[in-house]
Amino acid sequence: MKAVYFAWVRERIGKNEEEIAPPAEVATVGELVAWLAGRGENYAYAFDKPQVIRVAIDRAHAARDARIAGAKEIAFFPPMTGG
Amino acid sequence: MGAVRVQAEDFDAAAEGRALTAGRREIGALASFVGLCRDEGGRLAALEIEHYPGMAEAEIARAVAEAEARWLLYGITVVHRFGTLRPGDQIVYVGVAAAHRGEAFAAAEMLMDFLKTRAPFWKRATCIDGAVEGWVEAKADDDAQAERWGEL
Repeated sequence: MKAVYFAWVRERIGKNEEEIAPPAEVATVGELVAWLAGRGENYAYAFDKPQVIRVAIDRAHAARDARIAGAKEIAFFPPMTGG
Repeated sequence: MGAVRVQAEDFDAAAEGRALTAGRREIGALASFVGLCRDEGGRLAALEIEHYPGMAEAEIARAVAEAEARWLLYGITVVHRFGTLRPGDQIVYVGVAAAHRGEAFAAAEMLMDFLKTRAPFWKRATCIDGAVEGWVEAKADDDAQAERWGEL
């Protein structure tokens, strides 16, 4: 699946997007955030307050218990500040 | 029915309003809101607005559909800009046409509350002195405002 990052999550990780292949036991959004946080210092920094990070599956907001199976694109970003 | 645009270009609020009401005889109210980039007491040099292409349009369209389900409306236009904006620049336009002002005001307010908290846009501020800059933090007030409308 494709992971995409926005705002300071993108800056901290140092990438706009990448292909990721989490192991099968990573089933939910919450588990995916925890798995990503363990991928290196830049990821640990981006996800150091994991509860703050918002996640969207295929361009729709997703809760922490949402299942990621079948997702094509998962986005990670800070709380939104539009308008 | 609603029109949603996410664009770098500026917009003409008066023209957007006219487009909503042109040739319509049943419209008695047009609520038109424009959000602008303020200078934060002279400190702000620019705002950079980042967005999630595709999701931004989809989320705004979802809010427009929700407004249409809640009130009898005769037209909605939402325009949100991205890119580098300076103090005085327009950021967002929300126009709602209805028979009476109550629905028009309420729908415009709901749409703005939604844009603040659910539409994937992020602002980064650059200050006049150039040294201080950072991502604008989400406000708890905005979340509280949005919660008035219930689950969107």
